[in-house]
Amino acid sequence: MEQAAPDPERLWQPAPLEPLSHPDAGLESMVGEETKGARDEGPGDGTMTENNFSLKKIEISVSEAEKRTGRNAMNMQETYTAYLIETRSVEHNDGQSVLTDSLWRRYSEFELLRNYLLVYYPHIVVPPLPEKRAEFVWHKLSADNMDPDFVERRRIGLENFLLRVASHPILCRDKIFYLFLTQEGNWKETVNETGFQLKADSRLKALNATFRVKNPDKRFIELKHYSDELQSVISHLLRVRARVADRLYGVYKVHGNYGRVFSEWSAIEKEMGDGLQSAGHHMDVYASSIDDILEDEEHYADQLKEYLFYAEALRAVCRKHELMQYDLEMAAQDLASKKQQCEELATGTVRTFSLKGMTTKLFGQETPEQREARIKMLEEQIKEGEQQLKSKNLEGREFVRNAWADIERFKEQKNHDLKEALISYAVMQISMCKKVGFGFSEGTSIFRSAGKFL
Amino acid sequence: MGKLGEAGLAATAGPARTLGMEGECRASQARSWGLPAGGAGGDSPGGDAPLPGSISSSSLLQAEVLDLDEDEDDLEVFSKDASLMDMNSFSPLMPTSPLSMINQVKFEDEPDLKDLFITVDEPESHVTTIETFITYRIITKTSRGEFDSSEFEVRRRYQDFLWLKEKLEEAHPTLIIPPLPEKFIVKGMVERFNDDFIETRRKALHKFLNRIADHPTLTFNEDFKIFLTAQASEFSSHKKQGPGLLSRMGQSVRAVALSMRGVKSRPEEFMEMNNFIEIFSQKINLIDKISQRIYKEEREYLDEMKEYGPIHILWSASEEDLADTLKSVASCIDKCCKATEKRMSGFSEALLPVVHEYVLYSEMLMLTEEIGKLEDKVECANNALKADWERWKQNMQNDIKSAFTNMAEENILYYEQCLATWESFLTSQTDLHLEEASEDKL
Repeated sequence: MEQAAPDPERLWQPAPLEPLSHPDAGLESMVGEETKGARDEGPGDGTMTENNFSLKKIEISVSEAEKRTGRNAMNMQETYTAYLIETRSVEHNDGQSVLTDSLWRRYSEFELLRNYLLVYYPHIVVPPLPEKRAEFVWHKLSADNMDPDFVERRRIGLENFLLRVASHPILCRDKIFYLFLTQEGNWKETVNETGFQLKADSRLKALNATFRVKNPDKRFIELKHYSDELQSVISHLLRVRARVADRLYGVYKVHGNYGRVFSEWSAIEKEMGDGLQSAGHHMDVYASSIDDILEDEEHYADQLKEYLFYAEALRAVCRKHELMQYDLEMAAQDLASKKQQCEELATGTVRTFSLKGMTTKLFGQETPEQREARIKMLEEQIKEGEQQLKSKNLEGREFVRNAWADIERFKEQKNHDLKEALISYAVMQISMCKKVGFGFSEGTSIFRSAGKFL
Repeated sequence: MGKLGEAGLAATAGPARTLGMEGECRASQARSWGLPAGGAGGDSPGGDAPLPGSISSSSLLQAEVLDLDEDEDDLEVFSKDASLMDMNSFSPLMPTSPLSMINQVKFEDEPDLKDLFITVDEPESHVTTIETFITYRIITKTSRGEFDSSEFEVRRRYQDFLWLKEKLEEAHPTLIIPPLPEKFIVKGMVERFNDDFIETRRKALHKFLNRIADHPTLTFNEDFKIFLTAQASEFSSHKKQGPGLLSRMGQSVRAVALSMRGVKSRPEEFMEMNNFIEIFSQKINLIDKISQRIYKEEREYLDEMKEYGPIHILWSASEEDLADTLKSVASCIDKCCKATEKRMSGFSEALLPVVHEYVLYSEMLMLTEEIGKLEDKVECANNALKADWERWKQNMQNDIKSAFTNMAEENILYYEQCLATWESFLTSQTDLHLEEASEDKL
C-alpha cells in the first residue's frame, strides 16, 4: 500500500516498492520507526531502525491485562481478557515521553489487525501473534487460557507484536495500524469497511496454485522448504524441552521430600540433629527453586515460539508468489490460445479444436462477415489480454522484488534474535548452576561439621 | 534375610507405592511373617517396580509430601510415653568393656590397624541339572596369626552367606548382625539374574562381610573364618553340622533383649533405644523410597536430555549464520548429560546401597515382642547389647552423613561442570561477536 490509508475504491494493488535504504520522503504517518516499549523480553529491536527521518518517536506498551465479561455475537455471556495499550510520543530532544493514547483491545482485535495486514501486505513477512492456546506445555497447570501466567506471557507477546509492526519500515505506516493504537471505538468497523476480507485469496485457490505452477521462482521454492524445516525443528525442540522441564521438575520436587524426613529425624538425633535440620532445610530450598527456573525457561520457549509462527508467515509469502505466478501462467496461456484461434480464423486453417469450429462443420460455414466480426472481437480480447499480461508481469516482478527485500530483512532479524535467545539460554543455565551449586555448598558444610565423632 | 518363621526376623516390605510413603511405615508395624517381597525399593535402582500411573504431575508429588503428614500418627504413639519426651537427655552409654572400646577405636577409626581385608567379586553363573545359581569370588588377605595363610580365595553362593548369618546370630544373639541383601527378586524384574541385580547383590555381600570383619567381636567368629577360607568340600561338610543347642534359646534371648515393649520392668535405656529404632526405621524407609524415586526421575530426565541436544544439530543443518551457535549449544547439552550420568552413578554407588542397607538393618531391629519368658536372661544381655548398640549407632551416623555429603559433593561437582561448559560457550559467542563486529568495520 501507499503511505495513505488503503482506499477501498481503488483497485487493489501491491504495495509500492521501497528499497530499505531510501526512506520515502512524503511521510504522512504518525507512527515513527524507532520504538522502544517496556519489554520484559527482548527479541531485539527491528533491525531497520537506523532510519531516523521520522520527526517523532513513539513508545508502545501493552501495560495491563484485565478480565472482562460481556456479550458475544450470539448474545451469550462470555469472559475474555482485555489488554491496555498505551502509546507515548517521545520528544526528539529531551527524551521525555507524553502519554498520547491509551485504549483497551482484546485478542480477537489483534487477530483482525493481523489478518488485515496479511491481505494488504502479502509480500511482507508479517509478525506473528502469540499463540491463541497454550501449546507445548510441560505442566498441566499452564494449559488454561485464563491462567495468570499464561495471560502475562500473552501480554508480553502482544506487546512484542505491536513493537515488531511499529519497527517495520513499511507496516509502521499503515493507517489501520495507527488507528488500532489510537481509535478505540469503531475501529472494527473501519477495518471491515476496507473490504479486505473480500480481497483475501481463498485457501483452496492457493492450494490449487501450489500444485499447478509450472515455473515457480526457485528462490521461493527454497524458502518454502526452509520454512517447513524451521517449523518442524522448532516444534520438535519445544516438545522435547517441555518433556525435559517436566522431568526436571520431578527431580527437584522429590528432593523436597527429604526435607521433611530429615527434619523429623533430627528430633531423635543428638549429635547429628543440627546437621540433619540444615540439610533438610536446604532440600526444601532446592525443591522450591525449580519454579523460578522453569518460569524463566518459559520466556525462552516463547522466543522460539515466535519464530515457529514466523515460519508460517514466511510460507504465506511463498504461497502468494505461487498464486501470482499461477495467475500469470493462466493468463499467458489464455492469451496464447486466443491468438492461435485468431490466426486460424484468419488463415482458414483449423488446428485447434474449438466449439465454433465444430458447429461450423455441423451447421455449415459462417459468412465472411461473421468471421470478420469474430476476428475483430478476438483481436480486441487479445489486446486487452496483452495489457493485462503486461501489468501482471509487472506486478509479479514488483512482488518478487519487494518480497525478497523483506525476506532479507527478516533473515537478519531472525539470525540476530535467535542467537540472542540461545545466548540467553546459556545465561539462564549459568545462573541456575551458580544458585543451586551454592545452595548445596551451604547445606553440606553444616552437615559435615555437625556431630563429629569424638 | 533368614528362614521363614524365625522369631527375630520379620521383613515387612509392603508393595512399592507411588504415594504415601507412610504406607510402608504403617506396614512395618503390622509385622508379617511372610516372604520378604523385596524390600522398599528393590535391590537395583534400575529394577524398581513400575509405579502405577504416570508420575509426572506435581499434584502427585505434592500428595507424597502431604502423605508424610500422616506419619504423625506413628510418632504420636511414642510421645504419649512421658519418659521418652526429652531426647536431649539421652546420653550415650559407655561401653562397659575396655576391650570392646579398644576394638571399636581400632577397627573403625584407624583403618591402618585393620588386619583383615575382604573383597567380593567375579560373579559366575553355574548351571546344573537341577538349578542355576551364581557364585561370588571371595578374596581374603590377612596378617592374623590364627589364619593358616595370608591369602585365601574361595567361591560362595548366596545360600552360604545365609548360613553364615544364621551361625552368627546363633552365636551372638545379643549383637547386631549386619543384614544380607534381599533373598528374592523384586517384582518388576523380568529375568532372575539380570546384571544390575547381580551387581547390587555383589556390592551388598561385600559390605556384609566387611561389616563383620570390622566388628570387634564378630570378626573373630570361627564360622566366619571357615567361610572365608575353607575350600568347597571342607566347607560343605562343615555346613552339614546341625544348628547349635543354644540356637533356639539364643533367638528368644535376642528377641527379648532387643524389644522390651509390653514387659513390666522396662529399663529406660531400652525404651529409648526402641523409640529410636522405631523412628529411625520409619525415616530410613522413607529416605530409601525417596532416594529410589529420585534415581528413577533422574534417569528419565537424562533420557529426555539426550534427545534434546541432537535437535540443535538437526536445526543447524538448515541454517547458515546460526549453525555454529546451534552446534555449540548441542555440545554443551551433551557435556551436561555426561555430567548428569556421572552424578547419577555416584548417587547409585554411594547413597542408594548405604540407605538400603540401613533399611535392612532397621527391619531386623524392629522385632515383635516375645514377652517375658526369659526375663532373667535379660540382665546379662543388657551390657553386651548396649555396647553394640552404641557402636552401631555411631557407625550409622557416620555412614549416613558420609552418604549425603557425598551426594551433595557430587551435585556440587555437577553444577560446577555445567557452569564451566556454559560459560565457555558464552565466551566463545562473545568472542565471535567481537570478531564479526570488527570484520564488519573493515
